Amino acid sequence: MNKSRQQKPAGLWLEFLGSMNLAITMLVVIAVASVIGTVLQQNQPYQDYIIKFGPYWHEIFKVLDLYDVYGAVWFLLLLGFLLLSTSVCVYRNGPGMLRDMRHFRLNMKEKSLRVMRNFREWTLNDSPQQVEQTFTQYFNNKGYRARRKEHEGVTILALMKGQMNRLGYLFTHVGIVVICIGGLMDGNLGLSIKEWLGGIKIEKRDIAAKEVPPISRLGPGENWSFRGSITLPEDSVSNMVFLNIRDGYLVQELPFAVELKEFRVEHYASGQPKSFESDLVIHDDQLEEPMEETIAVNHPLIYRGYAIYQASFSDGGTKMQLKAWPLFDSNPQPIELDGKVAARRQIETPNGVMTIEFENFKEFNVFPADEELAVAPDKVEQSEMVRGGTMGQSSKKFTNYGPSFTFRVRQPNGEAREFVNYMVPVRQEGRYFFLSGMRESQAEPFRYLHIPADDKMSVDRFMRLHAWLNDEARVRRIAEQSARQAMSEANMQDKQMLQNIVTSMVRLTSEFNRGGYQAIDQRIQQTVPEQQQMKVAETYLKILNTVLENLYWELLQAEGVALEQGISPEQGRWFEDAVNALASMGPYSSPFYLQMTDFDLRQASGLQITRSPGKNVVYLGCVMLMIGVFLMFYITHQRLWVMIRPEGQGSRVMLAGMGNRNQTDFSKGFDSLADELDRHYASRQ
Amino acid sequence: MAVTKEQFNKDFGKESFFKQLSLFDWIWAAALLFGAGYAWNKYSALMDNYEVGILFGSAIALIALGWYWKATRNLMIAIAAISLFAVSLYGNDLGQSEQNFFLKFLVSSQSATMWMSALFVMATVTYFVYLAKPNEFIGKVATSMVWVATTMGFVGLMVRWRESYLISHDVGHIPVSNLYEVFILFAIITALIYLFYEARTRAKGMGAFALTIISASIAFLLWYHFEKGAHEIEPLVPALQSYWMKIHVPANFVGYGAFALAAMLGVAYLLVERAQKRNPQSSFVARMPSLDMLDDIMHKTIALGFAFFTVATILGAMWAAEAWGGYWSWDPKETWALIVWLNYAAWLHMRLTKGWRGAPLAWWAIIGLFVTTFAFLGVNMFLSGLHSYGEL
Ligand code: HEM
Repeated sequence: MNKSRQQKPAGLWLEFLGSMNLAITMLVVIAVASVIGTVLQQNQPYQDYIIKFGPYWHEIFKVLDLYDVYGAVWFLLLLGFLLLSTSVCVYRNGPGMLRDMRHFRLNMKEKSLRVMRNFREWTLNDSPQQVEQTFTQYFNNKGYRARRKEHEGVTILALMKGQMNRLGYLFTHVGIVVICIGGLMDGNLGLSIKEWLGGIKIEKRDIAAKEVPPISRLGPGENWSFRGSITLPEDSVSNMVFLNIRDGYLVQELPFAVELKEFRVEHYASGQPKSFESDLVIHDDQLEEPMEETIAVNHPLIYRGYAIYQASFSDGGTKMQLKAWPLFDSNPQPIELDGKVAARRQIETPNGVMTIEFENFKEFNVFPADEELAVAPDKVEQSEMVRGGTMGQSSKKFTNYGPSFTFRVRQPNGEAREFVNYMVPVRQEGRYFFLSGMRESQAEPFRYLHIPADDKMSVDRFMRLHAWLNDEARVRRIAEQSARQAMSEANMQDKQMLQNIVTSMVRLTSEFNRGGYQAIDQRIQQTVPEQQQMKVAETYLKILNTVLENLYWELLQAEGVALEQGISPEQGRWFEDAVNALASMGPYSSPFYLQMTDFDLRQASGLQITRSPGKNVVYLGCVMLMIGVFLMFYITHQRLWVMIRPEGQGSRVMLAGMGNRNQTDFSKGFDSLADELDRHYASRQ
Repeated sequence: MAVTKEQFNKDFGKESFFKQLSLFDWIWAAALLFGAGYAWNKYSALMDNYEVGILFGSAIALIALGWYWKATRNLMIAIAAISLFAVSLYGNDLGQSEQNFFLKFLVSSQSATMWMSALFVMATVTYFVYLAKPNEFIGKVATSMVWVATTMGFVGLMVRWRESYLISHDVGHIPVSNLYEVFILFAIITALIYLFYEARTRAKGMGAFALTIISASIAFLLWYHFEKGAHEIEPLVPALQSYWMKIHVPANFVGYGAFALAAMLGVAYLLVERAQKRNPQSSFVARMPSLDMLDDIMHKTIALGFAFFTVATILGAMWAAEAWGGYWSWDPKETWALIVWLNYAAWLHMRLTKGWRGAPLAWWAIIGLFVTTFAFLGVNMFLSGLHSYGEL
């Protein structure tokens, strides 16, 4: 590289900008700066950051633009510097390189040849003309180009090969400049300047697109490069997208409208998703008729320079037919309801009017079969990215648990619990259960209620059993019956004692109904001396079980189930499952169970619509870069000189050479050339 | 005495590249083109235009590779023969992998991969024995083991490719789609690059170092297999269903492999330098290649890695433009690829324009491997992003 000379200040600046030290520093600094944005998740809602870092650090990070490093002014300045440095470098070295490519350097002195690392000398009988002819021919065959000069009887051949290496330098570095320019064309620098000048304002309110004021809207031609996104429910149309910027957004209008006809997910036999597709219709005055096109991941639609991608999907307002089974009274009659995702509705309960907020619907719930259910369904997300998506690693088998919906039940005091209910019973250990998960906050995993399905694969029997448990008169009657029977078997007839037994049976049952086994346990802990706790607990459980068994017996009779043979093993297992479910009804603590009986699926497709005119510029730069790198690495710019002096009858020949890289290889090549010439002449001397 | 044309031609020949090729070279080219043509004829219904391009492009690349580095022809012939044998044993029944003797113990994808793993580890040991006891024969054994291991690794992948189609037609895909598969790729590509330089320099002392990093990746592979069951063939998520994967991933792994090898040569360089200072006559120094040679090969592998990494990153950007809606999204994986790339660009400038040599660059190459490893593995483990494969 150039040594510093006496220069004007402008020249000094160029010297500095084009210096290798600056270039290498920039490369390393940018590499290190880029790390920040990968460790700190970018462009998340500010709330998340505040929770994560606290308000103090949040403020500092925000000021430093660490939440959007790659769009930050300081980062762009760094890139700009690299761009400048590379440009200056090309500006200063390029012309020299081009000259070097063409220049044969005929004016070499013997002295300079002799000091070269690669040098050979021969004294030959052939005349200088013959030698020149042979050498010219020889190197010609080896792909060298030659120039010749004769001066005072001395002939110099200047030979050259691999000049393309120098073009490699140019291609590589110009390629980088071109890529940066293309990138800048697609960056949001223009938008930032506009915002800075007050021409636009980021909208931060959560309002309908129509209501966004003009200052936060960009017309179709106003922004020539952007990446926007939109969630389109099926059968809806949009002619704009949202550009997410920091903690707000802008509305970008499109010169055409996009309609979503249908969104589809296809699955592999194992249940994992195989494809995400959207059937789109483009409405545009420029079209004679609307254009229908299907897009999928990896298969975007390019229309008028706009690219439309399948980015995600979510629910677009699925309608659901529901049955609300009241869990507080003794009447097992469900109330018919309908619900819609993203809508809410109110429901009367003894604890006041509650609001059901329907959050999401999923048609498929595919989980690794060997994963515990209690873990798996937490992965219910609001909207799913289709671009990444994780790949199961270990699990070979997947099961589909069918449709589910999530909702919150908000109490009059504002507190809410979240539920996820599955529509069809799920098979576990050979039995079928309706699953309903509940959690008190998003941070917790769902805890599941397993309602056993009855012979008709419905919840009816369980709901009736549960309702009867709420029916105090019925429980009392059953308690009396069983107490009487037990006493008569023991030949006892004490009215008072019977009353006591019945009362405690009823109390026990209602405690169980309210709080499951835990409630009973607590009561024992409080009222019974420690030594007797075990025994009492045993007795209590026996009593409780008697009541429940009799209740179940009566229920089966009422259903008209033939019981002459007693209870079948399946019916017995169902009873055990039912008792388990009853025991967790307390903690489930919802005044109703929402059963989905039917749904009308409406999906929404998350589209990303972009315009990036810089793309082709970037690609051009990339092609230059690739070509350049290979030229630079794998071609050596080689120069050879042959100097021929007449000496007596014959001649003295010197061969010297240099290459601009890979010195070892070059020397090896040089030696093999020289050796070949050696052998040629040795055989003829 | 004038040189006659005959004399000239006898001594120098006319060295046109194509004239140098032997009959076998041409048979080689014809066989590969025939193979590609056969595949095209048979499977064109399953391929889009790009994939046809990739098919013939690969055939041409392999012809060139076979011409340039003749030993790879034997490798490719062995891979093709063994893979075809395995595929024919399968027929249309994946269950054969448990029933057929050859499949079960030798050439099903799982068995072949296990053979590869065992052979790489044995080769590592053998190279260390060679360092302790330089003996032509031991060196030859070590080299052969690497060749056979590489063959088995490729066979494992080829057969796995077929197995994926046997599971179900829509599950079938080229086995470069998850961390397990690319770890095999990493091992065999690193081994190939090493073999290339070993053949050129006859410096087998490097083997112990090169094979150490390969064995490390084998250790990970086995852990991944047995702890996580990662060897199961999974269908492709939609994001990965693209012809870009077929070229982006292998190009990347030439880069990773070359960088890994460069780092190990850096380690070798530093150790040899230290040993030389202590005792220039030590047998370790005598058995290792010279410092200059290590430095030179380190440079060449980094250049190779850089060139392929450049291509891979650009291909990645083009893929992203098609799949994610933008050629550059500052996704963590993307960004780390850039970091790796900038790092080696700085390295190359230091060497070429600042004239750095030896120890500092050796250290830098080692640090470079840590950066590369983070880009390759760390990003998947610690950072979230759009790149979908290989979560641990
Ligand atoms: C992103 C930025 C850059 C990249 C990726 C890059 C890449 C490269 C590569 C790959 C080489 C070849 C190295 C080798 O052959 O071993 C090279 C050489 C070179 N680069 Fe850069 N470069 C960049 C920026 C710069 C800048 C800013 C300068 C200006 C000072 C510069 C000056 C040079 C010079 C003078 C050479 C040597 C060319 C020769 O003598 O053949 N580079 N560059």
